[in-house]
Amino acid sequence: MPFIPHTEDDVREMLAAIGAPSIDALFEEIPESLRTRELTGIPPALTEMEIARLMRERAASDGTPLNFIGAGAYEHHIPAAVWAIVTRGEFYSAYTPYQAEASQGTLQLLYEYQTMMTRLTGMQVSNASLYDGASALAEAALMAVRAHRRSKSARILVPATLNPTYLSVARAITEGQNLHFDVLPYDRSTGTQPASALEPHAGQDITAVVIQQPNFFGLFEDVDAITDWAHANGALVIAVVNPLSLAILKPPGEWGAKGVDIVVGDGQPLGVPLSAGGPYFGFMTTRMEHVRQMPGRIIGRTVDLDGKPGYTLTLQAREQHIRRSKATSNICTNQGLLVTAATIYMSILGAKGLERVAAASQAQTTALVDALTQIDNVRLVFGGPRFHEAVLQLDRPVRGVLDALAERGIVGGYDLSRHYPELGHALLVCATETRTAQDIERYAAALREVLSAR
Amino acid sequence: MSSSIPSDLKYLESHEWARSEPDGTITVGISDHAQGALGDLVFVELPEVGKVLTKGAAAAVVESVKAASDVYSPVSGEVIAANESLSGSPELVNQDPYGQGWLFKIKPSDPAELGQLLDAAAYGKVVENE
Repeated sequence: MPFIPHTEDDVREMLAAIGAPSIDALFEEIPESLRTRELTGIPPALTEMEIARLMRERAASDGTPLNFIGAGAYEHHIPAAVWAIVTRGEFYSAYTPYQAEASQGTLQLLYEYQTMMTRLTGMQVSNASLYDGASALAEAALMAVRAHRRSKSARILVPATLNPTYLSVARAITEGQNLHFDVLPYDRSTGTQPASALEPHAGQDITAVVIQQPNFFGLFEDVDAITDWAHANGALVIAVVNPLSLAILKPPGEWGAKGVDIVVGDGQPLGVPLSAGGPYFGFMTTRMEHVRQMPGRIIGRTVDLDGKPGYTLTLQAREQHIRRSKATSNICTNQGLLVTAATIYMSILGAKGLERVAAASQAQTTALVDALTQIDNVRLVFGGPRFHEAVLQLDRPVRGVLDALAERGIVGGYDLSRHYPELGHALLVCATETRTAQDIERYAAALREVLSAR
Repeated sequence: MSSSIPSDLKYLESHEWARSEPDGTITVGISDHAQGALGDLVFVELPEVGKVLTKGAAAAVVESVKAASDVYSPVSGEVIAANESLSGSPELVNQDPYGQGWLFKIKPSDPAELGQLLDAAAYGKVVENE
């Protein structure tokens, strides 16, 4: 490796100092039977020049299609200042900068991030982030089971309108820990979760109820009624939200009479590029009474020896390095870089800016739906209020239409028939503030052309 | 520095103490040696009243800045009381580990188990050898 600074003389000197005959000798305690030899199946090394070219060619093959897909990851404009600051070496390449004596800048930024997330979600305390929205939901479910001592069932009610990937990830992560995710049916005519779907479970031992707002179809759930029903039935409430939508929607901390217990979601809309699926970051906020059951890092503000404000990791006794197998999670890190981007994004936009982005996205989706439903055989499926996404029904399988649109340089949306076959040829479309009137006109023209063929 | 080990109590090697009360119940806490080793307590997680414990089961958690340790039940039985004042003042365990710093009370299901615990002298040796 060319970037290790030690010469062969340095290495010899160090080995002599510790009395070891060779580097290999340091690995002697690993049994012979567990050692690998030559790694087979690895192609020969490429030079930096060769690999850079290979990566450029691969990246170019992604193209830059016009994007109308949402379904959990949203294309928003990221001000140039965000990544100009995030790519500073102090942020970009610092490795696990959590030590109070060395990383006050990072710790302060994480504290500011936590503060912003609690304000946005209307809750009392936040962690320093988790890996992504889906795994954050899994952590929330495990947290609810721990926090809700009176409930023994470990049953979590989830709406069918929850992002299907979030449900399968939550199941996969919690497998073997005896959690039960029961899916509640949705109302086919409205695309939302009716209160009546909860009624059969009244009086049962339910640990938590999950509410996604807006739901996977972009529609609004009756969050107050569901929250109150859950609390009346002795269950905790977990909210799964789009953080940008909270600029214009009532935050989960104000749902129902008491507000929810845990809020999670994916922070990608806040200054994180799509990057073909990640990395993004998960956020989690909760009430103070549950803070000891919350996983992830938590930064606190305190004073130093001289009485000056300082920032530090706190409540570490929940974490793995202290509590080991009884820790709140195996997670002992956070998504520092993406959280830095999100914090700077929120600072630059401010509350008013976030509101404008949300409102502009709403407006563009309305314009998109209006334009597309002018086309014969394209129908809006659910007419209720929604946030920057809509479900359209086509007259033929969505897959073929999306392929034809892709040939025209357009990513037309998300094919819902895979997870919701009962909706038929259903397509989930999204237009954010980045889609102009010309973009929408281009999509409409292309779709008209595709649908008029055959 | 030697820690206080009252002679009228019974002990576990894991530093819990047990006191037989006149009404037949057992009060449980952690020893002076334990509270000193943990440092200032910031939080105590107590068992739910009504919970049934078996001897040796993890019953409570005492948390300081640097560690979170399980507290094991010296006997089997039902939890009949938990020291609510610890939620606001966990430092009572440091200040008065055998008095106001008690953790929980149990109605024992098998009185013979008390005889299996260490007396003050035996526990003293445990502390010496740590």
